[in-house]
Amino acid sequence: MTALRTSRSGRTGQYLALLCYLVFLAFPFLWLISTAFKPARELGSLHPTWIPEDPTLDNFRQAFDEQPLLRAAGNSLVAALAAAVVAVVIATPMAYVMARNRSKLSAAATGWVVVSQAFPFVLVIIPLFLILKNLHLINSLFGLIMVYVVWSLPFALWMLVGYVRAVPRELEEAAAVDGAGRARTLLSVTAPLLAPGIVATALFAFITAWNEFFFALVMLKTPEKQTLPVVLTHFLGAEGVADLGPLAAAAFLATIPSLAIFAIIQKRITGGMLAGAVKS
Amino acid sequence: MRVRMLTAVASALTLVLSGCSGGGTGSTDGKVTLRFQSLAWQKESVDANKELVKEWNASHPGIQVQYVQGSWDSVHDQLLTSFEGGEAPDIIHDASDDLADFAYGGYLADLSELLPQRLMSDIPQRSWETTTFGKGIYGVPFLQEPRVLIANKKVLDASGVRLPTDRRPWSWEEFREVTRTLTARMGKGKYGIAWPLKEPVSATLNLGVSAGGQLFHRGDDGRVTVEFTDGDAVVPGTIHAQVNTDKSASRTTLGSGGSDTLPGFFGGKYAMVPLGFSYRQQIVQQAPEGFEWTVLPAPAGPEGPAQGVSPQTLSVAEDSPYKKEAAQFIDFMLRPENTVRLAKGDWMLPTGTRALADPALHTEKDGWATGAALARDLRSAPAQSVRGYPEWKDKVATPALQEYYSGAIDTGELKKRLVRDGNLVLARYQR
Repeated sequence: MTALRTSRSGRTGQYLALLCYLVFLAFPFLWLISTAFKPARELGSLHPTWIPEDPTLDNFRQAFDEQPLLRAAGNSLVAALAAAVVAVVIATPMAYVMARNRSKLSAAATGWVVVSQAFPFVLVIIPLFLILKNLHLINSLFGLIMVYVVWSLPFALWMLVGYVRAVPRELEEAAAVDGAGRARTLLSVTAPLLAPGIVATALFAFITAWNEFFFALVMLKTPEKQTLPVVLTHFLGAEGVADLGPLAAAAFLATIPSLAIFAIIQKRITGGMLAGAVKS
Repeated sequence: MRVRMLTAVASALTLVLSGCSGGGTGSTDGKVTLRFQSLAWQKESVDANKELVKEWNASHPGIQVQYVQGSWDSVHDQLLTSFEGGEAPDIIHDASDDLADFAYGGYLADLSELLPQRLMSDIPQRSWETTTFGKGIYGVPFLQEPRVLIANKKVLDASGVRLPTDRRPWSWEEFREVTRTLTARMGKGKYGIAWPLKEPVSATLNLGVSAGGQLFHRGDDGRVTVEFTDGDAVVPGTIHAQVNTDKSASRTTLGSGGSDTLPGFFGGKYAMVPLGFSYRQQIVQQAPEGFEWTVLPAPAGPEGPAQGVSPQTLSVAEDSPYKKEAAQFIDFMLRPENTVRLAKGDWMLPTGTRALADPALHTEKDGWATGAALARDLRSAPAQSVRGYPEWKDKVATPALQEYYSGAIDTGELKKRLVRDGNLVLARYQR
């Protein structure tokens, strides 16, 4: 095995590229934070500043006064967490079967999964709406969760198939040689190696559901059920006019759960990946 | 650990299942519940709507109204899906230019026989025309806004140009001359006007009414075709000349929305910005201390200061089993004193003549008087009832006007695209 060596200038270039990318990624978020703390008069300034000259919490106060943000965040959290858990519970065994049993059926299933991702929302929303209405699942978080699970399942499955394939089959065979049964092998050998993938997939399903707007808009009829993305649009007027300060404050708050979850599980994902690498 | 996880999952599912319940229109214990989807979004406007709903509910125990918050950003798609699924709100807040397809599609109730005479006679016929499709009336137009020129008062006063009034507005030629003068006086990097034309079609068409622009012509057989007359060319021609010939209009704002031009306006970069009347609220909120601004009427042409508008509307869903009750609620919401509250909350003008006469809407402060004086000249937007207009707007007119204003194509090419390509689009909707 040959070690990969990079010259000092090459490494500096890489770090610079990384820094540029990070700045590019961070810019909208930092601007959002800056806007959230600016008073109305600073929002209309021809010379905008990164740090508000006269920082205020008025935008947050106004956002909470005008819209039921906490209730909406609670609805979003329930929908996103439930969708993530259910999607992963369903997708994991399916992914294992698809990854380990390579057959025409498995290939066709994978193909269908990929194709299903190409369907635009508008194509499915009306039939879906009618089906859910017949099931009395309109204006219900349960109905919305079902939609989110169905919507995120193909991609979750696709992700997990890749993770399962990355787990060396030899490890399972070695466990079998050591006398472990099928269930024991899955639980004690495969599952721990798969954990980072499962967590990453759950995170994907969570964020998809947390950010989803259109299904929630169409399905949830009463204010008590509305999710955060739907409530955020209430700060927008006709022809793109926006109540910018409160909108930025509310949007900033809306990013916090995702960031918190990322922060909590990031270590686990990285750790799990490294553990898998050593074992292979 | 595993037990704890299972408990957590079970708790989450229980929580989810406990959140399941239907809702919406219905009659329980002889009580009718109506859903009213409002698009009010500014605090004062939301407050006014909610207060009115509360007052109605207090005085009508048998007909309760549930306030549901919608949003302008997504209302069309949301309503379309709701109509298709039979789950639309009973009372629908929207804008008249969004109603044509819903009305022709049979989703909205004809209100002709449901509304009281008081309301019918209080709103002028020219406003009813914005919600009349075929022989039916599919919405009550209740708030409207003209496009006005918001101007930097100090710059205008110092320039020595004649200030227009509602009685004697600038002509389009005079307006062009004024912007040239202002630009010359303001100095390098500054402009007499900034046109925020991210959405160029409605601004162009509605202002064009003053110059006799109509663009859409309905034949005896009811079919609509696009024609580009001299009157249609006045507004686009003026803007094109200001940007490309006179350099009196900022090129950079052509792709901007109205709000995007405000920092430059406050910073003294532009002397005037043409905006909807309701933008005054943002200006009041965001203008720096000591910034003096004024509201001027938009330029006028041979047709006077006429403008096309698409008023905000209240409609009733055809599927609603309680159309009569919904119409009663609309009548309550739109009593003159209530309409004034809604108008002030939205910084717009009422269509109803009695509400419009309220002294609160005629004060000089924040330009209310100028706007109120323009109300008599507002009429139905040219594209109001044209089927296929949204597609014509998105696929033909928006790119054509954007290219024209930026100087990429000339008037001949603009005309060719609007008419030739436009008629191909409209024909598909009128087979």
